[in-house]
Amino acid sequence: MSLKSPLGTVRGLGSAKEGVQHWWAQRVTAIALIPLGLWFVISVIAMAGAGHDDMAAWLSSPFSAGLAVLLIVATFWHAMLGVQVAIEDYVHNEAMKIGLLLAIKGLLVLLGTACVLSVIVLLLQG
Amino acid sequence: MAEFSLPANSRIVGGNSYKAPAGAKNVKTFKIYRFDPDSGRTPRIDNFEIDLDDCGPMVLDALIKIKNEVDATLTFRRSCREGVCGSCAFNIDGTNTLACTKYIAEVKGDVKIYPLPHMPVVKDLVPDLTHAYAQHASIEPWLKSATPAPGRERLQTPEDRAKLDGLWECILCFCCATSCPSYWWNGERYLGPAILLQAYRWIADTRDEATGERLDNLEDPFRLYRCHTIMNCTKTCPKHLNPAKAIAEIKKLMVARR
Repeated sequence: MSLKSPLGTVRGLGSAKEGVQHWWAQRVTAIALIPLGLWFVISVIAMAGAGHDDMAAWLSSPFSAGLAVLLIVATFWHAMLGVQVAIEDYVHNEAMKIGLLLAIKGLLVLLGTACVLSVIVLLLQG
Repeated sequence: MAEFSLPANSRIVGGNSYKAPAGAKNVKTFKIYRFDPDSGRTPRIDNFEIDLDDCGPMVLDALIKIKNEVDATLTFRRSCREGVCGSCAFNIDGTNTLACTKYIAEVKGDVKIYPLPHMPVVKDLVPDLTHAYAQHASIEPWLKSATPAPGRERLQTPEDRAKLDGLWECILCFCCATSCPSYWWNGERYLGPAILLQAYRWIADTRDEATGERLDNLEDPFRLYRCHTIMNCTKTCPKHLNPAKAIAEIKKLMVARR
């Protein structure tokens, strides 16, 4: 029970003056993933049946390794933005929302870092 | 977490049945949601058999006939009966629309009538729109200008006036907002398609001088960016407007001013 006026409730704490960056980054990473994804899929199909050494050799050029890192960053960044929206949409318990956001974003950063380091290891081996 | 169990008064039970008069040949059954908070009982669905040969063609005609001749306690809003006031918006045959512009003949089988989804129900088919109206007030839906008022009307080219077409026709029936899952889950903070279309109606008006302030007030992860382009709003609008496009235009302007 609150005697606050309906307009006061709607105005609340005011607008956060943000959200554009999030929206724009989600679109830019989505567009970036089209050529990067195509490059990755075509490259992997072309190397069907190849062994570990061939894969390592493929990623040993700075150009391939660079594209691979960009693919990893765009993928995990895009995933992070998307998962954040889904959690904000459906989780209405504030403590659980913050906990889930921290846990899932932390996990995605960890996985992304591990992927990037793997590429660097292959690059340095080559 | 998301709520998976139904809140109190969400379970609907069977209700009363009213037979058509003897000798009626063209009978259609109307299944109507009934809820009376004063009774303390859960909502029910009443069945009304109506002789269509003795009834107007629209769903609203049947509702008025039921209220006049069968059960005077049936409660609903209506006014203009021609699709310009936005009062008689209900969920009819599974879709939010206006009872006054919906032909009974368009509905196959029984006509199911519920209040607009996911709003608090005052009684029967009457939803509580207090919060939605406050959201409308929050976008300050009037012309704002710092330039002193001219001695005559504020001029606008025909091209600039045309930018308001598809916006000014909105009658605030809230069929769109109450069909939007984002508005269902986050309606306390998300303004919803009806209010965002209204906001864009003033942003797009070349006579208005408060565009920047209006965009400032909308630039928020919840007020604006809960729109995920689900498009239920555009699909359900009884005036055939496109709230999803209006929201997309606001998002474009947010990027354009960076």
